[in-house]
Amino acid sequence: MILITTTIALIVVMAMALVRAFKGPSVFDRVLAGNLFGTKVVLLIAVLGFLSGRPDFLDIALTYALINFISVIGILRFVEITKRTNNEEKS
Amino acid sequence: MELVLNIVSGFCLLTGSFLIFSGALGVIRFPDFYTRMHAAGVTETLAAGLILVGLMLIAGWGLVLAKLVLILLFILITSPTASHALGKAAWKAGLKPVVIENNKQQNEL
Repeated sequence: MILITTTIALIVVMAMALVRAFKGPSVFDRVLAGNLFGTKVVLLIAVLGFLSGRPDFLDIALTYALINFISVIGILRFVEITKRTNNEEKS
Repeated sequence: MELVLNIVSGFCLLTGSFLIFSGALGVIRFPDFYTRMHAAGVTETLAAGLILVGLMLIAGWGLVLAKLVLILLFILITSPTASHALGKAAWKAGLKPVVIENNKQQNEL
């Protein structure tokens, strides 16, 4: 019962993060929403594993946490470097 | 003993659910990028920790517990790092907080 409540809360939170990702005025709002979404996906995989009685999906959750962190850092580096080169071309 | 563990785990899971919900509400409703990042970054670590601790309490001893501890350690390390990098990149890109503009307007008045 509590696990189902937690799952519903996680899904609602992921939908709200998607709203911010579509609405966000700047790139960083979208990256923030993507980071939030990724963390919640990790928690959702863990909770769903316990809900179905087979907690074997935790390896996938661990891998997803790694990929999420690397992708956020990668997107931020990409945005930073492209903005810098654009400014240098303009000036 | 099992009843106590179940009650404590339920408390942890429900508190974590409330915290992630408040964080997402802040991400949707706050007016500024930095306030939104504050809402997401502050609640994220504690909420993920509470939910994972709640799962650990009903997991019992074994490989599942070790994996949950690994996930918790990794989230505790990477989530503040990602928030820090995000804030630094936004500041370097020239995003200003809303509060400073309001203060300037008040000083001019």
